[in-house]
Amino acid sequence: MTTQTVETAQDTRTIQLADGDGWLTVCDRALLTPGRGVAALLPDGRQVALFVDRAGRAYAIDNRDPFTGAYVLSRGLVGSAGGRPFVASPLLKQRFDLETGACLDDDDVTVPVFRVRGD
Amino acid sequence: MPVSTPPTAPTAGVPTIVVVGHGMVGQRFLEALADRGLTAAAGTARVVVLCEEPRPAYDRVQLTSYFSGRTPEDLSLVEPDFMERHGIELRVGDPAESVDREARTVTARSGETFTYDTLVLATGSYPFVPPVPGKDAEGCFVYRTIEDLLAIEEYARTATTGAVVGGGLLGLEAAGALKGLGLDTHVVEFAPRLMPVQVDEGGGAALLRTIENMGLTVHTGVGTQEVTAGEDGRVDGMALSDGSSLETDLVVFSAGVRPRDQLARDCGLAVGPRGGIIVDEECRTSDSAVFAIGECALASDGRVYGLVAPGYEMALAVAEVIAGNAASFTGADLSTKLKLLGVDVASFGDAHGAAEGCLDVVYADSRSGVYKKLVIGRDGTLLGGVLVGDADQYGTLRPMTGTVLPVAPEQLVLPAGAGGPVTLGPSSLPDEAVICSCHNVTKGAICEHTTLPEVKKCTKAGTGCGSCVKVIGQLLPQPEDQGLCGCFAYTRSELYEIVRTLGITSYAELLDSHGREAARGGDGCEVCKPTVGSVIASLAPTVGASGYVLDGEQAALQDTNDHFLANLQRNGSYSIVPRIPGGEITPEKLIVIGEVARDFGLYTKITGGQRIDLFGARVDQLPLIWTRLVDAGFESGHAYGKSLRTVKSCVGQTWCRYGVQDSVRMAIDLELRYRGLRSPHKLKSAVSGCARECAEARGKDFGIIATAQGWNLYVGGNGGATPRHADLLAQDLSDAELVRLIDRFLMFYIRTADRLERTSTWLDRIEGGLDHVRDVVVHDSLGLCDELERLMADHVAGYRDEWAETINDPERLRRFVTFVNAPDAPDPSVKFVPERDQVKPDLDILAGPVLAVRTLEGTSSR
Repeated sequence: MTTQTVETAQDTRTIQLADGDGWLTVCDRALLTPGRGVAALLPDGRQVALFVDRAGRAYAIDNRDPFTGAYVLSRGLVGSAGGRPFVASPLLKQRFDLETGACLDDDDVTVPVFRVRGD
Repeated sequence: MPVSTPPTAPTAGVPTIVVVGHGMVGQRFLEALADRGLTAAAGTARVVVLCEEPRPAYDRVQLTSYFSGRTPEDLSLVEPDFMERHGIELRVGDPAESVDREARTVTARSGETFTYDTLVLATGSYPFVPPVPGKDAEGCFVYRTIEDLLAIEEYARTATTGAVVGGGLLGLEAAGALKGLGLDTHVVEFAPRLMPVQVDEGGGAALLRTIENMGLTVHTGVGTQEVTAGEDGRVDGMALSDGSSLETDLVVFSAGVRPRDQLARDCGLAVGPRGGIIVDEECRTSDSAVFAIGECALASDGRVYGLVAPGYEMALAVAEVIAGNAASFTGADLSTKLKLLGVDVASFGDAHGAAEGCLDVVYADSRSGVYKKLVIGRDGTLLGGVLVGDADQYGTLRPMTGTVLPVAPEQLVLPAGAGGPVTLGPSSLPDEAVICSCHNVTKGAICEHTTLPEVKKCTKAGTGCGSCVKVIGQLLPQPEDQGLCGCFAYTRSELYEIVRTLGITSYAELLDSHGREAARGGDGCEVCKPTVGSVIASLAPTVGASGYVLDGEQAALQDTNDHFLANLQRNGSYSIVPRIPGGEITPEKLIVIGEVARDFGLYTKITGGQRIDLFGARVDQLPLIWTRLVDAGFESGHAYGKSLRTVKSCVGQTWCRYGVQDSVRMAIDLELRYRGLRSPHKLKSAVSGCARECAEARGKDFGIIATAQGWNLYVGGNGGATPRHADLLAQDLSDAELVRLIDRFLMFYIRTADRLERTSTWLDRIEGGLDHVRDVVVHDSLGLCDELERLMADHVAGYRDEWAETINDPERLRRFVTFVNAPDAPDPSVKFVPERDQVKPDLDILAGPVLAVRTLEGTSSR
């Protein structure tokens, strides 16, 4: 699991997650609505929340909401604050930076971030 | 049955203060004692209060509002734990019967005797009933206490005509109440004009026209000679001094009040020749251990004050004196501002122009019933005035009394558009100007605070008659940024207007054109997205947006509940509430709900809104469950949306022996009419089939209670953490009138409320409150009603069931998977364990290594 951010691949029409040295194709780019997320299941059983913002950039963070334990972050609303993208948990509304995984409402909390690419 | 509050601290060895009377002034005195630490709880004094009425102090000034829906509890002036907190011994229903000043004891009706060190008489006044023959006939009332009101209300059920003796302030209040009870109402005033004490001839004439236009009959310049009764002893008419007679079933005497000084007379205290306990500047009677305050006292300036503000001043002075400080009451002005029968009436200072050499500046428009008079001294000083029909300037003019006005006085009385008026902002007032005359609070004291609730709490300003609240609002700093969020500088209602007038159908377009500079082109936030989504959905049929909340960009704006058309629960599963209009359901449909719950392993619970909630569905199960429900004829219940939830009903006339209307049919009609209506917050409603109110309609955003004549509509009720009884908006409506009024009310709320603002807080917040809303939706004061009705007609015509539309569209169904890359895999984190023959979430699965799982208080959307 890495903590670095976004890459934009111009020539793929799929969303891919970093998987060791290679890339794991998750789904078609068209399945994501800008401003909304989806959840993906990794082969090892982990859950990832994938998002595309209005500008088309893709983000991936852990799907588990650390405040409640529920696997729901993919169902939150995407927004931007000071030019940085975030998702607000649908349960108790804490916001998480989509690039770093840092919780914007609690300095002690961070969720894992995944390297992702998609056009 | 006397109720006493036991002292919370030992009171032996400390002085005892006995207070006789627990009206508004008595309560103010107790608060002043508490503020000064003179209580049993502080260990400094034993305080005993003897109260004649069966309930603690209530707001007598607002007594008439009982008839517009306020309950006796609403009118209470005593915080629930006030007596306990301060260890004050309040004995309700146990009046003082005698005082022995030698022994310093008071004996109550219960027989108990209290020894006092200090005695405070706050016995108030009693209504004066002229000594006319027949005044004690059945059907004669006075207008003073809640018990009087209850008796009048009961008797009015069998009456068609009512007469009020007295055209003063209380008389007109009483007349308004009789009219509100549906009686043909007469007012008989001995003086040549209405409200002779407060207003001059011109003001009385303006008032007379307006009141006659409301359908009341006014007889001025005539006295009551006799009340006549039929053979059954019940009132049947009145003989007047001009030889005429008046048929009436009910008489209310409201011909002024007299000080209640009998207790003082009986124990030998000095009283004035025309009544009133004589007191000095410290409000001390002829016995230095006994004080008298309020309407029972004859103040040192030789007057008896029948207004609450001077009474409060006396209460404060006596508390200061008992605390060992210097204080005095030497007189007060008789300024008043009232809304009588919906007409503003105010007088202040030297309203009758009694000062030598003073001049009147008068504006009168008999067509609109407006009369304004300012009394100006020879040197240009404002001495007083009378305002009838439009008293908006009272708040600024009264504090300016005694000063030279900064503009020509005629500019202050002219109507808008006639070269005036110059509005004198409260900023032009000096710091020492008294803004709240009830509690004697100055502008300087108010300006030390920043919010209205803070001002009310710290200074009590605005908690008396309330006429100064508007001015206080203008004095407080205006919040600099009232914008919705970091993305929009506009409020929700402003955004509603922008979307409506420009016909904007896309959030991105609105953000880029009307967002804050820095937010344009961005992704918005979790606050404005659902808000704008809701506004667009509310206006969808009108602005031409898709009515389906998950179409196109709309899908990205919705909170997760709206996104999946279900309610997210703590473990990531969802709950489902099918609509059951009015709470009426067939056995067949009940069986379907049971079968679905059984087949999908759902936990079932009856909701507070007469529906059934099915818990524990995974995202991928939602379409399967709804396919079964839609097939059986169910629709979405919108439990997930900021929209109409449910219209509860009692069983009504059809079955219930007490019912007077078919409440179930009305509830179903209303629920089907407003289903799916997106609003600033959820909307709840109920219909009760009679006044017993089994459907609890007055706890709802809009509640309907059946009457023998039709329906009463109440608005702004709430349960939850801050319960509020709904206020009566209109009464005895036909079916069509009821529906039309609710259409207007809801659309006006949707148009003007803030995000997540229930009707209860909205009604308390908007300027003018209930009266303003009534003006807009009943009297169409803004000319908006046609448009509001059209917007609702658009909604009704455009309604489609969201779940039926979803399950019939493969594209829309695609979102209902847990994993985008494994559509058939169920969510492994959503698991259940048994609990009382059903299931509950297995939270152990969710407890990860990162943080302990926190409790989820307040996330349920019930």
